[in-house]
Amino acid sequence: MSLLSIILQAVAESGSGLIALGAGLGAGLAAIGAGLGIGKIGGSAMEGVARQPEASGKIQTMMIIIAALIEAVALFAAVICLLISFNI
Amino acid sequence: MFRHFSCLLFSVLFLVSSVSFASDHETEEDFDIAGMIMHHIGDEHGYEITHGLKIPLPVILYSKEDGLQVFSSSRLDNGKVYNGYKNDHGHIVKLNEDGTVNEAVHPFDFSITKNVATMILSSAILLLIFSAVAKGYRTNKGRAPKGIQSLLEPVILFLRDDVVKPAIGPRYEKYFPYILTLFFFILINNILGLFPAGPNLSGNIAFTMVLAVITFLIVNISANKYYWKHVFMPDTPGWMYIIMIPVELVGVLMKPMSLMIRLFANITAGHIIMLSLYGLIFIFKSYLIGGAVGGFALFMSLIELLVAFVQALIFALLTSMYIGSAVEEHH
Repeated sequence: MSLLSIILQAVAESGSGLIALGAGLGAGLAAIGAGLGIGKIGGSAMEGVARQPEASGKIQTMMIIIAALIEAVALFAAVICLLISFNI
Repeated sequence: MFRHFSCLLFSVLFLVSSVSFASDHETEEDFDIAGMIMHHIGDEHGYEITHGLKIPLPVILYSKEDGLQVFSSSRLDNGKVYNGYKNDHGHIVKLNEDGTVNEAVHPFDFSITKNVATMILSSAILLLIFSAVAKGYRTNKGRAPKGIQSLLEPVILFLRDDVVKPAIGPRYEKYFPYILTLFFFILINNILGLFPAGPNLSGNIAFTMVLAVITFLIVNISANKYYWKHVFMPDTPGWMYIIMIPVELVGVLMKPMSLMIRLFANITAGHIIMLSLYGLIFIFKSYLIGGAVGGFALFMSLIELLVAFVQALIFALLTSMYIGSAVEEHH
């Protein structure tokens, strides 16, 4: 049988498994988003420092600040998934 | 050469034998890791340093029926009942004569809990450090800084020249003391939370909510008319006002809320990661896992230290940017 019908059958008895699945998937997707975003920032910072090593201090400061801002958005999603997992 | 070899042989044998020691523990009950994590990142009425060493803190309750009640939290430990009050998972409830919970009476809980005691402690640390710095500036007038003054002067100058002055502009001096206090208060609380048995104060959403509300009040009270003009009459065609005004109003609310959630989620997530790693040791109960987890937990602790500094800086930076957007002149 397909994966979808297996999942739906397993969930038919009680719905709390689907809640846990949703919370886990949400947190994982948020982690992927954070990884992609911060990776892009890191890559651009590396390129900038490679072109102009004198500016490495400023670029490093800005990189850490922007990484913290991106991580905040990913953590919004993680907090919501945590809230979901407490309501099982 | 022989000493190195025998050290290596001894440590390998020790590690190998430790795995066999770990196998005969099935008679104990399962280790409740979720309960342990929730207990350590939450608030409690006493200050529990380890199992068995609990510092009692005052419990202060006020209700219309019973008036003001002040007693030590050790009277409510382990489910004991005192004066009809019982500590039900952190909530103090009043019991009827037959032992059931009296739903009608809601005592206001002004107790000195672990987080409140931590706030008092970190305020005391702030006062100590900065009165020393101020005394240093008074006695070293015109000379080079010495002692703790020389430790904090680069940090304060960094905050003034790279964070507050570019964000707020020429009138930054009115807001600079608040931004400094905010930065160092959040930093000290973040660092206090990193100690073992440390309190989780900046991961308490009520604490970060109060800081965000203070930022909201400062931004909106000191805003000039150009700020409100951008909110209620933005630079878009007139027919878009019906979409833009709700969006701008939500933006006014969402900026402090994002400050609140950012600090809370970063610090709490860090503590949950560390507690989960320590809990792994107790689940597997083997020295080999303990060693590996110890190395990884050390690495994660260094990341947590970086996060402590960065989150305090981000909170101060974003607050000063919001204040700057509220007080900037029309260009």
